[in-house]
Amino acid sequence: MSVLAPRRSTLPGFGLTMGLTLTWLSLIVLIPLAGLFVRSTDLSLAQFWDIVTSRRTLSALKISFGLSFAAALVNLVMGTIVVWALVRYRFPGRRLFDAIVDVPFALPTAVAGVALTALFAQKGWLGAPLAALGIKVAFTPLGIFIAMIFIGIPFVVRTVQPVLIDLDPEIEEAAASLGASRWHIITKVILPSLTPALLTGFALAFARAVGEYGSVIFIAGNLPNVSEIAPLLIVIRLSEFRYADATAIAVVMLVVAFVIIFAVNRLQRWAQAQAPST
Amino acid sequence: MSIEMTLQRTSGTAAQSSHVESAARRDPRAEPAAVRIAIITLAIGFLSLFVVLPLVVVFVEAFGKGVMAYLSALADPEAWSAIRLTLGVAAVSVGTNLVFGLAAAWAIAKFDFPGKTFLITLIDLPFSVSPVISGLVFVLLFGAQGFFGPWLQSHGLQILFAFPGITLATVFVTFPFVARALIPLMQEQGTQEEEAAISLGASGLQTFFRVTLPNIKWGVLYGVLLCNARAMGEFGAVSVVSGHIRGETNTMPLLVEILYNEYQMVASFAIASLLAMLALITLIAKTILERNIDEDMPHDH
Repeated sequence: MSVLAPRRSTLPGFGLTMGLTLTWLSLIVLIPLAGLFVRSTDLSLAQFWDIVTSRRTLSALKISFGLSFAAALVNLVMGTIVVWALVRYRFPGRRLFDAIVDVPFALPTAVAGVALTALFAQKGWLGAPLAALGIKVAFTPLGIFIAMIFIGIPFVVRTVQPVLIDLDPEIEEAAASLGASRWHIITKVILPSLTPALLTGFALAFARAVGEYGSVIFIAGNLPNVSEIAPLLIVIRLSEFRYADATAIAVVMLVVAFVIIFAVNRLQRWAQAQAPST
Repeated sequence: MSIEMTLQRTSGTAAQSSHVESAARRDPRAEPAAVRIAIITLAIGFLSLFVVLPLVVVFVEAFGKGVMAYLSALADPEAWSAIRLTLGVAAVSVGTNLVFGLAAAWAIAKFDFPGKTFLITLIDLPFSVSPVISGLVFVLLFGAQGFFGPWLQSHGLQILFAFPGITLATVFVTFPFVARALIPLMQEQGTQEEEAAISLGASGLQTFFRVTLPNIKWGVLYGVLLCNARAMGEFGAVSVVSGHIRGETNTMPLLVEILYNEYQMVASFAIASLLAMLALITLIAKTILERNIDEDMPHDH
């Protein structure tokens, strides 16, 4: 009896549901996104280049990408520490803190924005002690960095968590029984098997921070060339009716976002290839 | 001793007993107490500073001038119009994405076809697009200078700076939620129960409503929950297409921004506190649903 023979065609509704899926996907997502690229072809290459390499645009892109990268690095390190504590240790409030990790996902970005600004303003709970130390956070690039760390927190934790939970304890025990030190086991045995998940979490946090708008603009100060992020520059260009400028910046950001998705997909394939077949 | 243990590991039950034995002495998978305490402190400190404090500050600011000031801020007609608009936009967005998500999950999880992975990537696309760009694409389509702008204008149709535009942008950013929640669950459950129902003479719709839906009900709720939270809280995309007409096209997150920029802190944080409560309720419900979904997942063990 052939169990493996494909028998899926006996169910009805494939044509209807597939048709609905493709139509709706095209109308809501694909055609609008394609419209952006079509619109950008109104510009000649020289015009496109001029917009993207103008001082203000370049500054905004540098600020967005540079600070997002730095924030994602912090998320990588702190996310690893958080996930290690949540998975490997038992402490009071562990389940609560596990749930709290998702707050940056669930909290509307505008709320996060005003809350972080209130917290880090000169008279805020954290802003005041920092100001006493001579560190100004709100309305500086440092504020952007803080907001980007906030929104990136769940990505590394949630991508690494299931992998760390599923990690076969026998590998560690075997290494320990062979006399490997704990530090050696963590750096040479555990971290390598977490690497694909860590990199995926890093890439997702980075991508999210690059596109982030709501939680950043309140705390940023929004000074051109200093603390103005690329998404805000798109909004400003739109309000000035400079659609071509807005479109060109958006195309650059979308292309980078697509490259990141591609990289994440490859990473996940790599992770699946590495994982022992279950 | 290490040779002893490696030898024991060759047989399954012996490995079990040696695990218990070694745990009694010293767990080989545990770090020294000092390291453990340091890691837990760092984790709790980081989450408290970056996640708990911002949540707390919302409520402290909202009630900063007393309960009466808070309540009167929420009783403002502008606040009510924002709440009504937000609820309306969320209802339409969740409804359409629920129908889409069920259809997409049925096609993807119950059938095999080439390009499936690519289709899932396309459905996920809105998650990778900056919210501002999600709004921009609709401005380029329906704005005065957009592809359909002139045609819409000559027919007296208003999409941008009105309910339809705000809803379209919201449907875009919440597009993947329901489908994403259902596809892995339905793939895991397979097709056997549905095939049995069909072979016993049930119609397609009967099979879906009597067999599939009861199996995925928690997953559906999960997707709807996350979709709704994002729909009510979306800021960037909606900000671009709303036009910020007072009392008309401001959703709750947009009103938070406007009041904040006018230094009406209590009013701004009062609206923000409603959205923060929505986020907290969403998280609690999500934790409960995740437990129920886990039970619906067919496990091998």
